[in-house]
Amino acid sequence: MVTQWHDMVEVTETQLPGVGVRHDFTTRAGERLGLIVHRSGPRDLLVYDRDDPDACSLVLRLEEDDSRTLADMLGASHVTEEIARLQSIAGLTIDWVPVTSASACTNCRLVDLGAAADRGATIVAVIRGDETIPAPAAEFVLQEGDTAVAVGTAEGVRHLFGLLQGSFDPLPDIP
Amino acid sequence: MTEAAAQADVAAILAALGIAALVLAGLARVGARAGISPIPFYLVAGVALGSLGLVEIEGSVVEVGSEVGVVLLLFMLGLEYTSAELSSNLRAGLPSGVVDLALNFPPGLLVGLLLGWDLVAALLLGGVTYISSSGIIAKVLADLGRLGNRETPPLLSILVLEDLAMAVYLPLMAALLVGGTALETVGSLAIALCAAAAALMVALRYGKHLSRVVAHRSDEVVLLTTFGLILLVAGVADELQVSSAVGAFLVGVALSGPVAESARRLLGPLRDLFAATFFVFFGLGIALETIPAVLGLALVLAGVTALTKIASAWWAMARAGIGERGQARASASLVARGEFSIIIAALGVTAGSEADLGPLAAAYVLVLALAGPLLARYYRILLPVVRLLSRTRRPSPSVGP
Repeated sequence: MVTQWHDMVEVTETQLPGVGVRHDFTTRAGERLGLIVHRSGPRDLLVYDRDDPDACSLVLRLEEDDSRTLADMLGASHVTEEIARLQSIAGLTIDWVPVTSASACTNCRLVDLGAAADRGATIVAVIRGDETIPAPAAEFVLQEGDTAVAVGTAEGVRHLFGLLQGSFDPLPDIP
Repeated sequence: MTEAAAQADVAAILAALGIAALVLAGLARVGARAGISPIPFYLVAGVALGSLGLVEIEGSVVEVGSEVGVVLLLFMLGLEYTSAELSSNLRAGLPSGVVDLALNFPPGLLVGLLLGWDLVAALLLGGVTYISSSGIIAKVLADLGRLGNRETPPLLSILVLEDLAMAVYLPLMAALLVGGTALETVGSLAIALCAAAAALMVALRYGKHLSRVVAHRSDEVVLLTTFGLILLVAGVADELQVSSAVGAFLVGVALSGPVAESARRLLGPLRDLFAATFFVFFGLGIALETIPAVLGLALVLAGVTALTKIASAWWAMARAGIGERGQARASASLVARGEFSIIIAALGVTAGSEADLGPLAAAYVLVLALAGPLLARYYRILLPVVRLLSRTRRPSPSVGP
C-alpha cells in the first residue's frame, strides 16, 4: 500500500494480486472514491458505502474507451478550472475576444483602440488562423475573424469586448 | 491392426471426445446460468460417464490431456501473480498464512489418521482441506462486485500464500509418494525441496530475461514457445520427481510483463479445455458405488473445515482492521475448495494411495465448490459467527488493508 499526495488529496494505492491496482481517496464531501485498474485494461469505478466502509455501494465497469471518454470529460473541466484560476489573479482578467464583422474596429490599427487601453486593458496577442502574433505592434491592423487576447482590469476587458464584438451590451459571460 | 480398423478406431475416439465435450459444454452452460463453478459438474459428469460406461476411455488421449490440464492449471496460477506480488505478500501476510495453515491442514490430516490411513495419504487429505480454490474465489469476487472492497487485498494475500505453500507442498508429496527406505525418502525430499527453491530463485531473479526471450509480436510464436516451455519444464521436473505441476507453476511465476498478459490471453482457453479434461478424468476413476460410503464423512469434513476456514479468515481480517461485515464476507468467500484439492487428491490416486482418498476428495470438493459461492453470496448468515469470534478474542487492529 502506497500513499501519494495529489494537490493536498491523499491517494492510497493498493496492489490486488492477480487483478491489478486499486487507487482510492476521500472526496471533499466525505465520500470514499476508488478506481481499480485491471491488468487486462478495463477500470472499475468504485463508490464506497457510507454505512459499511469496507464495501462498495457502486461498482461501475469502464472499458478502455469508456475510461477515455470519462477522462476527457473530467480533463476538459480541469482546463476550464485552470483558466478560471488564471483569471482571478488579484484583479487581473484575461480573455479571448473574437473580432466580428459587426465590430467598428475591423481593419483598424491597435493604436486606434486607445480608449480601451485608457480603461486598463491591453491586447497582448492576436490569433489569426493557425498563427499567433505575440505582442502586436501599435500599427497592427485587426481583421474580421481574428481573436484578440486581452489582459487588464475586468472593466477594461469588458469594454474591449464590446468594441471588438460591435456592441457594448449585453455583456458576454466570461467562460 | 488393419488400416480400416485403425480408421474406425480414430472415428470412434473422435466421436467419443466430441460427445464428452458437448456434455461438458451443456453443463458449463447450466453452471454459468446459475452462477456456480463448473468444476462440480465436470466431476459428476466424469463419475456418471465412467459408471454408465458411456464413454470408453482408452487411457492414452484423455490421460495425457488430464496431465496437461494439471500442468496448465498450475502454470496459469503462477502467471496470476508477479514475483514482486509473491515476495511482498510473503512478508506482509505471513502470520495470516500461518494461521490459515494451522487451522485448515490438521482436520484433513486427523481424519486421514483416524481412518487408519498411512501418513502420506493423511498428509494428502490435509492438503485437500487446506487449500481454497483461488479460481472459484476470484470469479465469485468479480461476479459479486467485491474486488474493490477493503477486505479483498488481505483475502487475496491469503490465496497468494496458499499458492506459494503449494510450491513447497507438491514436490514434498511427490517425493514422499515415491517412497522407498527412510534414507531414500529423505534424499529425494532434499532434492525436491532444493530443486523447488532453486527454481523459485531463478524464476524471481531471471524472470525478466525469460520474458524477453519468449516475447514476440506473433501470437502463434508466443503460444507455441510458452506451451512448449511449460511442457518441457514440467517433464524435466517430473523426471527429477519434483512434480510436473510445480515446474509449470514456476514457469508461470517467471513470466512477467506484456508476455504474461498475452500468455494469459492465449493459454486461458487451452487451460479451460484441458482442466475440464482433468476433472472428468478424475471423476472417471471414481466408481459411483464408492461415493455413498464416504458421503457422510465428506459432509462432516466439509462442515468442520468450512468453520476452520471461516475462523482463520476472520483472524486475518480482524488483524487487517476490517469491519464485521467485511470479515463475514471474506470468511464466506474463502470456504470454497476446488481445483487444487482435486490436484492433490489426484497425486495420491495416481500413486495408488488409499482407495477412499479419491471418492472422499471428490465428494468433499463437490460440497464446498457448491456451498462456497452460495455462502459468499449470503454471507450475512455468518454475522453471528463473526460476532461470536470477535467476543472470544479481540486482536488489536493494525492499520489499513
